[in-house]
Amino acid sequence: MFGFKFLGRTHIPHHKNTAEMPPVKMTPPKEVLLPMSQHIGAPATPVVKAGDEVKVGQLIAEPTGYVSSPIYASVSGKVLKIEDYLRPDGKTVPAIRIASDGLMTLAEDIAPPTVSDFDSFIEAIRLSGLVGLGGAGFPTSVKLDAVKRGDIKTVIINGAECEPYLTSDTRTMLDDGESVFDGITLLEKYIPSVDKFIFGIEKNKPECIEEMARIFRDNPKVSILPLPSLYPQGAEKIIIYNTTGLVVPEGKLPADVGVLVINVTSLSVLAKYVKTGMPLVERCVTLDGSALANPMNVLAPIGTSVRELVEFSGGFKEEVGKVLFGGPMMGVPAANLDEPITKTTGGITAMNIKDSTEQEPTACIHCGRCVETCPMGLNPTVFAKAVNIEGLEDRMARLEEYSINLCMECGACSFVCPARRPLVQSIRLGKATLRNHKLTNKNK
Amino acid sequence: MDNLIVSTSPHLHTKTTTHKIMRDVLIALLPATAASITLFGLKALIIIAACVGTCVLSEFLFNLAAKKKQTVGDLSACVTGLILALSLSAKASVWQCVVGSVFAIVVVKCMFGGLGCNFANPAATARVFLITAFASIAGGTPTEFQNVLTAGATPLAAIKDGAQAKELPALLDMLIGNRGGAIGETCTIALILGGIYLIARKVINWQTPVILLGTVFLLSFAIEGDATLALYELLGGGVILVAFFMATDYVTTPINKYGRMIFAFGCGLITVLIRQFGSYPEGVSFALLFMNILSPYIEKWCSKRPFGKSAVKKAGKEGA
Repeated sequence: MFGFKFLGRTHIPHHKNTAEMPPVKMTPPKEVLLPMSQHIGAPATPVVKAGDEVKVGQLIAEPTGYVSSPIYASVSGKVLKIEDYLRPDGKTVPAIRIASDGLMTLAEDIAPPTVSDFDSFIEAIRLSGLVGLGGAGFPTSVKLDAVKRGDIKTVIINGAECEPYLTSDTRTMLDDGESVFDGITLLEKYIPSVDKFIFGIEKNKPECIEEMARIFRDNPKVSILPLPSLYPQGAEKIIIYNTTGLVVPEGKLPADVGVLVINVTSLSVLAKYVKTGMPLVERCVTLDGSALANPMNVLAPIGTSVRELVEFSGGFKEEVGKVLFGGPMMGVPAANLDEPITKTTGGITAMNIKDSTEQEPTACIHCGRCVETCPMGLNPTVFAKAVNIEGLEDRMARLEEYSINLCMECGACSFVCPARRPLVQSIRLGKATLRNHKLTNKNK
Repeated sequence: MDNLIVSTSPHLHTKTTTHKIMRDVLIALLPATAASITLFGLKALIIIAACVGTCVLSEFLFNLAAKKKQTVGDLSACVTGLILALSLSAKASVWQCVVGSVFAIVVVKCMFGGLGCNFANPAATARVFLITAFASIAGGTPTEFQNVLTAGATPLAAIKDGAQAKELPALLDMLIGNRGGAIGETCTIALILGGIYLIARKVINWQTPVILLGTVFLLSFAIEGDATLALYELLGGGVILVAFFMATDYVTTPINKYGRMIFAFGCGLITVLIRQFGSYPEGVSFALLFMNILSPYIEKWCSKRPFGKSAVKKAGKEGA
């Protein structure tokens, strides 16, 4: 009715302090802890045991089933043990602890994969251990394999990086332009139905927009679309709408509207694997936040503990309150500094005590800021009320009526709330109860 | 252990708080407050002090008695007190102010659960309560200009009695407040200044006052057939005060943007209907209360279809 309008309207601070810092390669950590579940899907199955010698890039856990991903040793050394690891999200998964010998010896069998057709391309991606590096962690091979189902016309390369502080995607675009280029070439070759590649990049990264425009100046299929610097541009459904105008219906996937979204760093890792055969064992992690002495980008082996990473960067400058895997909008807090970074950790945000202290919530004044800001057009206040409804059936009906599952927990509503209401927390609770309720009904 | 704080995302919040919003409203009311004291003198100051003081004190005492967390720090009681004071006539006595304030805070707000839970605007309800209980305090004339005006009637009452434009105060007087009316509603220019401040600070949206005032003006024009008289309708009563400071109250208006627009239109429409066809010369407080009650329904009718939700599917009992 009012024509095309960008979704996402929340002004949040950017804090892209490390945008101009190319990643520094980390010195080998003393040990790494590699959880078997760093992705959406079934946890991988360990194929090594305590005492085994491993080398960088050696397979240590193979995928369990279709929606899963293999895990490779990120340092050379000795497997100490296979232990239970309590993930920040509360799930316990097995994890392999490896003591590094400090040599980072490469495995002998690393060689570029043979890629000749679509199936071998997908198999190569599966073996690379690549999962959505933007944070979702969905196995990339499964996502690309879904291309078979539908007619993918458009590929969106997500370089929005809308989280405050994080600049690892920024650095990929600036430092790894060549692999991004190779990645597009691969997609063009193996997914011939695609006639459009759109880079969605927030306007607060003009140097990335320029760089991508320069690299792809001779490719008419590729367009670079600057997005407004309004949170949450990088959310999948939002970036699809803002770049193509297509709406992904509730409960459907981007593939259902002929779109594939891939994170720009995932694309570059994919291209690098096809070229070198080196699986995903290290990644760029942005270290930033008010408690850190030296914010920087670090190229760190996956599984490195937060403690060793922070020590490498120069330690804390003041007492640390919260340590987040990711940025402050959607980041998950670590319970202690020994927790490892995983494939999906794009950054570590360490906040000082002042920034970490949550203000006491006050009464909802019905100001409507959350309704106005929600990119999905939801009304967060109804969920906050609905989760307190006494009767279970009534509560579930209410939550579904207001489409609670459309919420992607971007945090914009809680961010703007002047009463500091824990809206996202209420929604998470609502979603979890609804999910359990449905499961129970199904099993009856 | 490292004593890390663990909480759910987001871990970043805007600087705006309820306290800051209420403080902005108080700042926006400063010009009108200053104008009322200039125009009505000490009498206005006493009314303001009585209302604000009683509002804050009664909320404090209610929370104390009900063993609730103390909430006077959010300044909302100050705002209610000040708006109530500004919408009263200079004839109001201190005890009337006290009764009105206690009614606004204790009956309308606290008994319904405090800030955010009241269904009607406390200041507007208290004003209507006082007007109905003590009919004499509706009008009132600035002390300094008493001789200029005819017997303290408000311009709206004069229009109601069939006065023509030339018998009314000059339009300039209507802007600066040289006319009969409640202490804070006569100086319209001060109210508009405060309103612009609130819009600039993004505390209120511009649509509500513009739609409300536009509706009053256009409908009055359509019925009276005289643009000057319509302008008097706009500046003569409490419409400006209500449009900027009461119809924009978050709690008692729909939460969604389009809902707020409909709310504003409804306020304007009912105001004109009461003024033109009812027995009261002024009707904006009644209009506001009426729309406050409709507010939850408007909110429901105007709720947006979430992004990606199909248009036809209606979640309901049939599906279950």
